[in-house]
Amino acid sequence: MSEDDFEPKIVAFCCHYCAYTAADLAGSMRLQYPPNIRIIRLPCTGKVDVLHLLRAFEDGADGVYVAGCMEGDCHFINGNFRAKKRVQYAKKLLDEIGFGGERLEMFNMSAAMGTRFAEVAKEMVERIKKLGPSPIRGGKTKKDGDAL
Amino acid sequence: MIVGERKPMEEIEAMIEPFDKIIVLGCRECVTVCSAGGEKEVGILSAALRLSRKQNGREIEIKEFSLERQCDHEYIEQIRSMVPNYQAILSMACGAGVQFVAESYPEIPVLPAINTTFIGVTEEQGYWTERCQACGNCILHLTGGICPIARCSKSLLNGPCGGSSDGKCEVNKEIVCGWQLIIDRLKSLGQLERYEEYIPIKDWSTSRDGGPRKVVREDLRL
Repeated sequence: MSEDDFEPKIVAFCCHYCAYTAADLAGSMRLQYPPNIRIIRLPCTGKVDVLHLLRAFEDGADGVYVAGCMEGDCHFINGNFRAKKRVQYAKKLLDEIGFGGERLEMFNMSAAMGTRFAEVAKEMVERIKKLGPSPIRGGKTKKDGDAL
Repeated sequence: MIVGERKPMEEIEAMIEPFDKIIVLGCRECVTVCSAGGEKEVGILSAALRLSRKQNGREIEIKEFSLERQCDHEYIEQIRSMVPNYQAILSMACGAGVQFVAESYPEIPVLPAINTTFIGVTEEQGYWTERCQACGNCILHLTGGICPIARCSKSLLNGPCGGSSDGKCEVNKEIVCGWQLIIDRLKSLGQLERYEEYIPIKDWSTSRDGGPRKVVREDLRL
């Protein structure tokens, strides 16, 4: 499958107070962003758990990202910092099993950043297109020695 | 509590390499509190193992299950009916749990998914430190409630040694000198005279030097 034919499935765990609202704004602003993003709304990114991230990959996501408030602006004070650490842990785990931690990312944005939301969606789709399909959907693993 | 840490994925994957149908068995006691082998960790490890296997084209069937404890017969019995359907048990309990499950099911390999590290405490969320080495002869009443066996790198009974400087241990500057802690504590208790008392050579036969230990309470036995 060439990079052009491959349409990745990407799960975005979005905080209600920022990224989810930013997605709403992106819509109101009639901004175009790839339709590959499946949004899951969270009350705060502090709700996200390593298990949720892994389950998304298990269920066939080619990429996953968590989008929380700007650092220092979390509605619940430090939920986004907790999410950042969990994302780091999960990235390391994915690297350890040769799945590739770069399929997972954490982004920060405010509710006013509709443009940034669209940019992040594009960025992530481009990244995952380069990486190819998830190793459990026929893509290459890092253990294949493939330079991704 | 007993504190543990998950083994590196590579080691776990190598261990379960011959098997395609396993039970990942969690323990709801100590290793749940130290986030090493509780129900959640069973979920995370199982998900990671399934992903790892699936990407290499060889799927693995995993039964995720957690017991109240893996160090008591009555709980271990709960999995008796499911064991014959699997090829191995990957236990996330401490070394005691892994061994006790193995004793109960001699017909199936029981593998350790975590390294049992020490008997310790939760200083903060996500931060555990050692407090006891189970030497079998507690002297905390003599040392202001701070254990020289576990807290002093050399387990000195009459410390500190010359390696103590600015309250830190020479083994590693991040380690607080156990004997400094003892002296400070005795001072604050107004019991500094205890520091003058010589603690005689310890009888290590109550510790590992006496071989594997046991406790028997005839009054409790059935």
